[in-house]
Amino acid sequence: MLKLSQSDYQALRQHGEETYPHECCGVLLGRFADDGSKAVSRIARCGNTREDSPHNRYHIDPKELIRIQREGRERGEDIVGFYHSHPDHPAQWSSTDLAEAHWFGCSYVITSVENGVAGITNSFELVGSEVEGDKKFVDESCEVT
Amino acid sequence: MPQIQIPSPLRQYSGKQSSVNVPGTTVGEALAGLVSQHPEMKRHLYNDEGKLRAFVNVYVNDEDMRYLQKEATTLKDGDTISIVPSIAGGY
Repeated sequence: MLKLSQSDYQALRQHGEETYPHECCGVLLGRFADDGSKAVSRIARCGNTREDSPHNRYHIDPKELIRIQREGRERGEDIVGFYHSHPDHPAQWSSTDLAEAHWFGCSYVITSVENGVAGITNSFELVGSEVEGDKKFVDESCEVT
Repeated sequence: MPQIQIPSPLRQYSGKQSSVNVPGTTVGEALAGLVSQHPEMKRHLYNDEGKLRAFVNVYVNDEDMRYLQKEATTLKDGDTISIVPSIAGGY
């Protein structure tokens, strides 16, 4: 389960509206709980470096990720997931999303943005292993409080 | 002694440690020290040809080692190596 505040939930959806018709992307920071859930304490917006095809692709600069990770460590936070938008496309993971996903145990939150308005937001957890060849996304419940 | 930052997906192979101190004067030596201390991590970082997997980014402080001297990059006291799996996708 992914737990996040109403303000963070609205902020990541709003990010998708602001970058429409391009994909937005960002990082979810927080803590992994012993029961397997993840509690988000804040989100960090990132730039989408895929200038060649920003309407249907995203990529986060690793350098930006390192900075966010470092700031998170100083605050006792971990990277627990990521978010991005699908402009005029369902909030479901795609084959590209799966192929490019490598943060096992983390959440991948996807928001559909239809005509500039945020629609459905879904979360998926990446499970399995690249090495074992059983990598997959599983539906993850999202608790917004 | 260089410190290697371990991302959360790989901590199950590092005894849940988020950072590991390893001996080494180059990035290659430090990474070899890491997989020596934590052998289970090796196949998650390297492919069958012994090369780092394409999605594994290795940074020395804030610099991508691919734009330095790759594994031969010399380390100084206090340098931090970050292993950062790539983040990308789309539909």
